[in-house]
Amino acid sequence: MSLLTITFALLFYLATAILIGGVAYKIYIYSSTPVPLKIPTMPAPLTTTGVVMRMGREVVLFESLFKSNKWIWIFGWMFHFSLLLVLLRHLRYFTQPVWSWVVLIQPFGRYAAFAMVAGLLGLWARRFLVDRVRYISTPSDHLMLALLLGIGLSGVAMSFVSHVDIIDVKMFMLGLMMFHWQELPPEPILLVHLSLVALLMIVFPISKLLHAPGVFFSPTRNQVDDSREVRHVADWAVHFDQ
Amino acid sequence: MAASKFEVPELKGYTVIPLLQKGASANIKSFLANEKIQEDLGFPGELVEDWHDKAIEKMGELLGKYRGLRVFMDACVHCGACTDKCHYYLGTRDPKNMPVARQDLMRQVYRRYFTFAGKYFPKLVGARDLTREVLDDWYSYYYQCSECRRCSVYCPYGIDTAEVTMAGREILDSVGMGQKYTNEILGKVHRIGNNLGLPGPALTDTLEGLEEDIEADTGFAVKLPIDIKGAEVLLITPSADFFSEPHVESLIGYAKVFHAAGISWTLSSMSSEAGNFGMFIGNYEQMHKVALRIRQAALELGVKRIVVGECGHAWRVAYSFWNTLIGVGAGADDPFAKMLQKQLDPRYPQPAHICEVTYDLLQQGAIKMDKEANDHRIITFHDSCNVARGSNMGGIPGGQFILPREIIKSVANHFYDMAPETVFEGTFCCGGGGGLLTDDLMELRVKGAMPRMNALKSVVDAHQVNFMATICAICKAQFTKVLPYYEFEMSMVGGVHQLVSSAIRLDPNK
Repeated sequence: MSLLTITFALLFYLATAILIGGVAYKIYIYSSTPVPLKIPTMPAPLTTTGVVMRMGREVVLFESLFKSNKWIWIFGWMFHFSLLLVLLRHLRYFTQPVWSWVVLIQPFGRYAAFAMVAGLLGLWARRFLVDRVRYISTPSDHLMLALLLGIGLSGVAMSFVSHVDIIDVKMFMLGLMMFHWQELPPEPILLVHLSLVALLMIVFPISKLLHAPGVFFSPTRNQVDDSREVRHVADWAVHFDQ
Repeated sequence: MAASKFEVPELKGYTVIPLLQKGASANIKSFLANEKIQEDLGFPGELVEDWHDKAIEKMGELLGKYRGLRVFMDACVHCGACTDKCHYYLGTRDPKNMPVARQDLMRQVYRRYFTFAGKYFPKLVGARDLTREVLDDWYSYYYQCSECRRCSVYCPYGIDTAEVTMAGREILDSVGMGQKYTNEILGKVHRIGNNLGLPGPALTDTLEGLEEDIEADTGFAVKLPIDIKGAEVLLITPSADFFSEPHVESLIGYAKVFHAAGISWTLSSMSSEAGNFGMFIGNYEQMHKVALRIRQAALELGVKRIVVGECGHAWRVAYSFWNTLIGVGAGADDPFAKMLQKQLDPRYPQPAHICEVTYDLLQQGAIKMDKEANDHRIITFHDSCNVARGSNMGGIPGGQFILPREIIKSVANHFYDMAPETVFEGTFCCGGGGGLLTDDLMELRVKGAMPRMNALKSVVDAHQVNFMATICAICKAQFTKVLPYYEFEMSMVGGVHQLVSSAIRLDPNK
């Protein structure tokens, strides 16, 4: 077993643990923090079904962003939807036999990488071109885009420029999952891709990527408009009822 | 036009997103509350010595009590969707008035003290120590936000800057930096029962005077009853309705509606205020204490229904928070709330907005209107932010937009809406909400009104609109003051029930 394989195997175990543990911890914090008042952004749905639909539109279509700014919406939605396709396509490296629907989306997933890169470039361009967005951008905002772009470009390079023996990569991944390690092919571009992915997994729970779980806990989006029909009191506020 | 020490924006009829200008409104600061005002509310009289530690401690407390704040601090990705949505940014060009930048004033500190990345890599994630400079920035810019929630409509995660502003003000109050205007008013409510500090006898006098005026005007003995035990309806209305113009015209309108429909009603001298500035400073305890007077009045007078007059933030508090705070509503299973809910008539929504009452009566045909009485008016409607984005009416989706408009169309023949992106949930704040309706913030108020004034100008030019109806006491007071800066008549603004008042038939035989 090469040192490289051992390093990457341990790196991925660590990254997975941080990602899952970190996000689970954040979700625990969010869900255990009380919501003392009804603050849905109105007009809000009058039923729970309505709230599920609202959240669905928000998460799938980015409804509020669409209302807000068409450019951010186009680039943002293009990036996220492509990322989803790309991620689903990557399931083929973690399953044996490969599920038939994953086979089906394979060609779409391959080309979605370009849309993903284009979306990221659009979002990054705004950070330079629009004075308001330039003003609010921090170094980490730029680095996050660089990181995602690095992952996208190294992925595209492996698919379309310098092919990597995908069977070996898959053996490595399956080996990690079965705790029966297999050698990782020492291809530089692959190592770059995997390192950046591991880095992304590690920073996920301590960065703005928390918007992904966060949106589901946003009281302005997930509350039902029923304040007159149902009394809603947080535990810490109960003592006000003498 | 009123003389001004600052440049009044020029109206184009539509609002252009300006290039930012750093520090453009840094000099705009509302007066600090003095020791007496602060201590009356149980806050430190002046900036405490260990303000840094106290502020961070308070922030930690709030992060543990409010899920919204916790999520909003983490979720922002700096996408920029909100950057052009705040009327104060559009009017002042100060980048710290962009919603995200206003939130970042707190988020930077949150990251520094409460997150791994900010503790170890502050520069990277834009984290900052809480310095005196930052604290002063908080005071300036958290009192340049009207908590109108327009940004929350457009944020992909629903981040509500109002919640951040409220937390900011709560922290500032807890270290001794309160705002004079809001906190002084809160003291008055606690001492006297209303924001204006109008004592019971003065109130009774005013109401008697109004009754005489109405009778002289119409020939009908329309009453404005106060402290009547056993009345059907308790009306809770902003105290401005008792003697500010044009507010009082709407009060007369409510009285005429109750008169024409034959509903017995009463005001309360002990609880003569719908407004609840406790919300503005984000302080649950203050908000609760102010609201308790309404519960007490309802119990003492034995009323069956509680109706709220034309007041934006009061209606948000009433609609969204009263059930939580004082049990005015339905669906409770605890003794505190059940005590009141048993008394209230379950056939009516509790609380109800006066527009819900009037709209229902119109639907039933219980009141009749002569629309021609408003023919000299060409009307538009300004959705007040707290009604639009913080409440509902009629229990139907978007009822808060539909009901007032339907009432206007039932009492008048000429109605035109303003541009779609400036009404309904996208409505622009009047510029004076959220505790900013004070003369020391006049520059901010005038500049913040600009997007609304542009939309108004557009319908004035296109349809000769001469009346902007609204259902908020703060909007009415703000526009009365600000319209002249933009060369509009101050009498252009008025209440929906002012229109009702003109058109309603008082003769039961007709």
